Amino acid sequence: MAGVTSRRRRRQRVLRWVVLGTATVFFVLPMFAMLEFTTRGMNGTRTLQTWRTLFDVPLLRANYPELWVGLKASAGLAVLTVVLMLVLLVPTMTWVRLRLPQLSRLVEFLCLLPLILPAIVIVVGLAPVYAWVVYLLGDSSLTLTFAYTILVLPYAYRALDAGLSSIDVRTLSEAARSLGAGWGTIMVRIVLPNLRNAVLSAAFLSVALVLGEFTIASLLNQSNLQVGINLLSKRNASMSIAVSFAALAFAFILLFLLSLVGGRRGTRTAEEPA
Amino acid sequence: MTESLLSPGPPVTDGGTRALPRRLRHWSSLLGLVPFLVYVGIFLAVPTIVVVLGAFGGPDGRPTLGNVDALTTPTIINAFVRSITLSGVTAVLGAVAGALIAYTVVTARADGMLRRSVSSASGVLAQFGGVTLAFAFLATLGFNGFLTVFFQDHFGINITGSGWLYALPGLMLVYTYFQIPLMVIVFLPALDGLRPQWREAAEGLGGSTWQYWRHVGIPLLAPSFLGSTLLLFANAFSAYATAAALVSQGSPIVPLKIREAITSEVILGQANVGKALALGMIVVVAVVMFGYARLQRRTARWLG
Repeated sequence: MAGVTSRRRRRQRVLRWVVLGTATVFFVLPMFAMLEFTTRGMNGTRTLQTWRTLFDVPLLRANYPELWVGLKASAGLAVLTVVLMLVLLVPTMTWVRLRLPQLSRLVEFLCLLPLILPAIVIVVGLAPVYAWVVYLLGDSSLTLTFAYTILVLPYAYRALDAGLSSIDVRTLSEAARSLGAGWGTIMVRIVLPNLRNAVLSAAFLSVALVLGEFTIASLLNQSNLQVGINLLSKRNASMSIAVSFAALAFAFILLFLLSLVGGRRGTRTAEEPA
Repeated sequence: MTESLLSPGPPVTDGGTRALPRRLRHWSSLLGLVPFLVYVGIFLAVPTIVVVLGAFGGPDGRPTLGNVDALTTPTIINAFVRSITLSGVTAVLGAVAGALIAYTVVTARADGMLRRSVSSASGVLAQFGGVTLAFAFLATLGFNGFLTVFFQDHFGINITGSGWLYALPGLMLVYTYFQIPLMVIVFLPALDGLRPQWREAAEGLGGSTWQYWRHVGIPLLAPSFLGSTLLLFANAFSAYATAAALVSQGSPIVPLKIREAITSEVILGQANVGKALALGMIVVVAVVMFGYARLQRRTARWLG
């Protein structure tokens, strides 16, 4: 038996390195190609010109206004979406847990709905809604916040739901109430601090999603980072690929931080239920 | 649950006088849900209703089946066939490759570096789509891409051909890039549920590796594998940005047909054809996700 097991282990190890080696090449190659592409100089030389321009803010603003506008819009959208998402979800989900547990399935369903409604479908129906939004709030790319908050609902809901399940909201809020706290105080000083990791996860995911969003912005004729990159590619391929790589690296860092935050919650192993 | 509902307030002694206030309180606690419901109503329900009603409305606002009829024209049927082919092929490719990667990771040490880095990398790569991914492949296989230049210089081979990257085959390659990591994420938990004791039991009874997989492993994993494949299908079917950035000419797939319909609204009636296309997408995705949910429930029975 021991011989069989060790032979199997050896076979598995060979398979593992073949599979993971091939996968690594497939996944790393396009990123390597981006670096290679953006450092090409004249006659086969290498240059960092594109990257220098990218980190030279005044030059970037002057030479690539579409990119700068998109970058500013995406930064604003990321912040506003996180704020609106938290303001909308944290009180609602806490309230449902405390007072309306029978409606938790409805709220869950509504939050997960955007998973089965493709963004390209939502944008078709959003056009008339946005006619009103633009009429009421003015024509700004920041109005995309409303649509983006819907897009991040499923991810934010799952992160926050996991957080809320791990604390005893009822006891905490009743204790706070008995000491005379109002609902606002409970939200800001009791629930949010206890949900720190869940809120961080939800926020990171939302930021990554907003920075990568293209469909809704481009079809509602608004600007954001991805729309800017796409416009830029028409006149400077090297620059647009450099920005793509930078955006990608930023999102990777963000999501790696997220997996660190998530990792601290402890890994759930498949245990035999009693 | 019922206990916690009753816990505030003294025990109920007189149902007649207390029933009314409690019901009132129930209604007032619904008020706390109003902001959320209003928001979701405006930005999610209204768009959905606009799509569904618009699909059955003519340019004059009267009900018509004309837009839905337009779905049966050859160009649109072709777009659906291409979209379904693209999603099907990349779902199967992604599912097989992703399951293989997940399997090699599971057979390594459970809490080792390998496993942690593969699942983190998958989480990141599955999000990598859209314009940036399209450009990454342009830098690799485009007319001046890294591999194109490399093969041209060293072997004298033109691997770009007539621009396959910018058409359906290119979309298949690029979509597979985000499908594989998604598969790793959704399939790892199912593989984790496969207990080593089962394999030991099979071996103890004299079963071979093949027999173990044939009678235990594959039947247990099949629902999860099929369900994950359906999820991948829906993922590819809904994707728009990658294709929009990559495909420069024509609208081979449904999401790009919708863009065409939206951006050419000047042509009378085209806008509502866009809504009919969107409704068609909702139907396909809803059917696929329904199958996914059913299969997930079956998976949970053994591998939850």
